[in-house]
Amino acid sequence: MTELLQFTFSGLTVGAVYALVALGFTLIYNSCDVINFAQGEFVMLGGMTTVFLGLAGVPLPLAACFAVVLTVAVGLALHRFAIEPARGSGAVVLIIITIGASIFLRGAAQVIFDKRFHTLPPFVGGDAIRIAGAAILPQSLVVLAGAVIILVLLWAFIERTLIGKAMVATAANEIAARLVGIDTRAAVGLSFAIAAAIGAVAGILITPIALTSYDVGTVLALKGFAAAMLGGIGSAVGAVIGGLVLGLLEAFAAGYVSSQYKDAVAFLVILIVLLAMPRGLFGRAPVERV
Amino acid sequence: MLAVEEVRSSYGRIEALHGVSLDVAAGEIITLVGANGAGKTTLLRAISGVQPISAGRIRFEARRLDGISAHVRVALGIAQVPEGRQVFAPLSVEDNLRLGGWTRRGERLDAELAWVYELFPALASRRRVSAGTLSGGEQQMLAIGRALMAKPRLLLLDEPSMGLAPMLVEQILDVVRSLKQAGLTVLLVEQNARAALAIADRGYVVETGRIATSGSAGELLADDRVRAAYLGV
Repeated sequence: MTELLQFTFSGLTVGAVYALVALGFTLIYNSCDVINFAQGEFVMLGGMTTVFLGLAGVPLPLAACFAVVLTVAVGLALHRFAIEPARGSGAVVLIIITIGASIFLRGAAQVIFDKRFHTLPPFVGGDAIRIAGAAILPQSLVVLAGAVIILVLLWAFIERTLIGKAMVATAANEIAARLVGIDTRAAVGLSFAIAAAIGAVAGILITPIALTSYDVGTVLALKGFAAAMLGGIGSAVGAVIGGLVLGLLEAFAAGYVSSQYKDAVAFLVILIVLLAMPRGLFGRAPVERV
Repeated sequence: MLAVEEVRSSYGRIEALHGVSLDVAAGEIITLVGANGAGKTTLLRAISGVQPISAGRIRFEARRLDGISAHVRVALGIAQVPEGRQVFAPLSVEDNLRLGGWTRRGERLDAELAWVYELFPALASRRRVSAGTLSGGEQQMLAIGRALMAKPRLLLLDEPSMGLAPMLVEQILDVVRSLKQAGLTVLLVEQNARAALAIADRGYVVETGRIATSGSAGELLADDRVRAAYLGV
């Protein structure tokens, strides 16, 4: 019982990060049908920039804010200089562009930062909290709280502001959005900016627990993609549930089977989803326009 | 108000408009009649800026529209009700209308909202409902209302009667007529040529990407070729 609780805690913590990465996939996919495989690099940039600014003497809260701003700038640049010029190309072309961007960002990080692992001090100190024999780190609670805050803010933005609704409109019907006067290019750019910001925050939150390095983005992108697939690509609720479920599955696999198989879970999930339920848990039925 | 001069436009290698010219004066209702695939929708899309043109010029109130993005054209005063309604299905009726006023955000749009609900009382009772669940007629009303929220001076209407029951067609065309009285200029694309010519001042007949003939609504209604081809007499 204690074990189960322990695995659940660690699964939910990691799952919250996967959920945020999956949410980034979802935002960009909905706005322009692109699967952005550089989403993991946004997470890496958030963590690594904070670490290195911190090492340079910048107070950590300030370093974290700057890391988010920088990552947003990278997200906007990715849209403006890589995705936008290729608009109208097929899905495969666009996906390969994002893979290229991901490799580029990883390489740049390796040169600008370094190749070692880094960590950040936990945001709140103190010992592990004991619940029914299981231990949970205060930083895990920070990660979960951070994820919840991001979700609430994103929901409020999309449901309660006209700009958020313009983004929904652009995703639902791009031509009609242009016909009411929405600058759909800016709307897509905004979705890249938000996805980058969410990724960066996820990277900053998880670094005190999971370490970061220039190449953490690759695995995170795969996990986040698996989570998005599991939830049903394009569904925000699905992204969150998919992320949490994947985190739990990983934790249980690591705990009850062997931690060597932990990373295989994500691939297994992708395979099973593709074979058995291509729409995922919350995916919409594909709509054929005639 | 609107001058289209020798406009050509293609989908890939297939040219859909082979040099189309027409003009619309302020306060007129102009209709484009023609068969499916004649290029009427392409022309409206080119005027709105969502379809690129390869030659020719489009002028709106003496301003050349080349190089002006679609979203800016809405702010200039051109709104389109696209073919097949194209409402924002996941959003509510009222959100659709508020987004129609996107180019005027910052202004209070309550008066315009009230006006649209007055034109289409059916929408008022369903303002919280998501647009995707509306009937075809209600979606058409919503699409027109959405375009009106931008306070356009020129309204482009693409097949507003498509798929609607005769009673609804009449109601929609009545609204178009009342828009003219409210000072709007309307460019109306219709398959239902008889109904369109009944409310239009002038019309153009479009055939395979060219203007075949044009004239006052009365002239076109009396024209033997038009009668045979489009009015079924």
